[in-house]
Amino acid sequence: MNWPLEAFLSFLAATSFGVMFNTPRRTLLSCGLVGMTGWLIYRTGVILFDDPVQATFAGAFGVALAAHLLAKKFKMPMIIFSVAGIIPLVPGSKAYNAMRNIVENNYLEAITFASEALMISGAVAMGLVFAEVLMQMVFKGMAKRVQKKIGMTQN
Amino acid sequence: MRSKTEGGEPVTQIGETRRELALDCFLLAGKLLMENGAETYRVEDTMIRMAVSQKMTDSHCFVSPGGLMFSPSNEMATRFVRISSTRTDLARVALVNSVSRKLVAGELTLAEAYEELKIIDRTNYMFNIWLQILAAATASGCFLILLGGSWSDLPFAFIFGGTGFIIVETILEKTRVKFFAEFVGALAIGVFALLAVYSGYGKNLDTIIIGSIMPLVPGLLITNAVRDLMAGHFVSGLSKGAEAFLTAFAIGAGVAIVLSF
Repeated sequence: MNWPLEAFLSFLAATSFGVMFNTPRRTLLSCGLVGMTGWLIYRTGVILFDDPVQATFAGAFGVALAAHLLAKKFKMPMIIFSVAGIIPLVPGSKAYNAMRNIVENNYLEAITFASEALMISGAVAMGLVFAEVLMQMVFKGMAKRVQKKIGMTQN
Repeated sequence: MRSKTEGGEPVTQIGETRRELALDCFLLAGKLLMENGAETYRVEDTMIRMAVSQKMTDSHCFVSPGGLMFSPSNEMATRFVRISSTRTDLARVALVNSVSRKLVAGELTLAEAYEELKIIDRTNYMFNIWLQILAAATASGCFLILLGGSWSDLPFAFIFGGTGFIIVETILEKTRVKFFAEFVGALAIGVFALLAVYSGYGKNLDTIIIGSIMPLVPGLLITNAVRDLMAGHFVSGLSKGAEAFLTAFAIGAGVAIVLSF
């Protein structure tokens, strides 16, 4: 596996998706970086866990985490950063293979691919959710600390 | 008096015109967000925040993919706005978001905020269509290599990805039927890829098709559906999920027809 090449290509792909979704101009590079982060975590995960489901979970988690941090930094909705990064993790090739096998009447093969695709989509969703919950807890804690510091009481 | 807030006049005593202006402003903001691909719970959150900043503390709003309702308080009329067309334009989402932030922070008055929203509504922020097509082509090429395709197939994925995107956009503009557009786009990509491989220039049919259909994948819908479901908005979450599923199914059906030959 060629790391620099994959990093560059995933960056380029995520930036292109940013253009297609018409993200604000000054966030295009950040979108690309989020996409690169997600893809590299996913590839590392495939090598470490030897399981695309866990790797996808890790990748989606990384994407959502990075998107939340960037959203705080730019003061923009988180979705702007996460969308382009999620797309490389979508199990396009598994779904394609499932369909191809259905067309060729290999239903058993097709079920294998289809359930893998389903598991991977579930992993993408879970990665997004876990990162969201984590960030909410962190930010709530931070807000409470700030409130205590400046002597503000809750409501 | 119901919604009496500290330091502000009760909501029912705000002048009639000002109240109408406030309602117009919130509804336009919500409509713009919803039409351009924001998450449902985020739209509700934004509208309520804007309302609270204007001392309407007991307002309610309900947003679904088909329309949004806003009720300033129990004594006043509820207003409804229909959302007919949706597309993905995240620049607008960001702009409306910043207007609402400024309104809540007190940097903008209600009238100024409404003017800004109207300007956002009128202006076209989309990238040039050719740049979008180039982006689709580039993304297809990148995915071909990332998913393990060979370098000699790169020009095919590049061209077919761009062509598929053009076809989908053109049909979408003409017919307004999204699933049909996606179906025809995927079918065209499949036919082109098959021709390329049969003519002997293309190497691997599977990777060319997978790379080229990547720009059609409903990524925003999937993300939005998951986030809405997690926020407890099951109506929007499920309907967006169904839309994503149908889009994926349309793409799959288009490719499957080609593969069955």
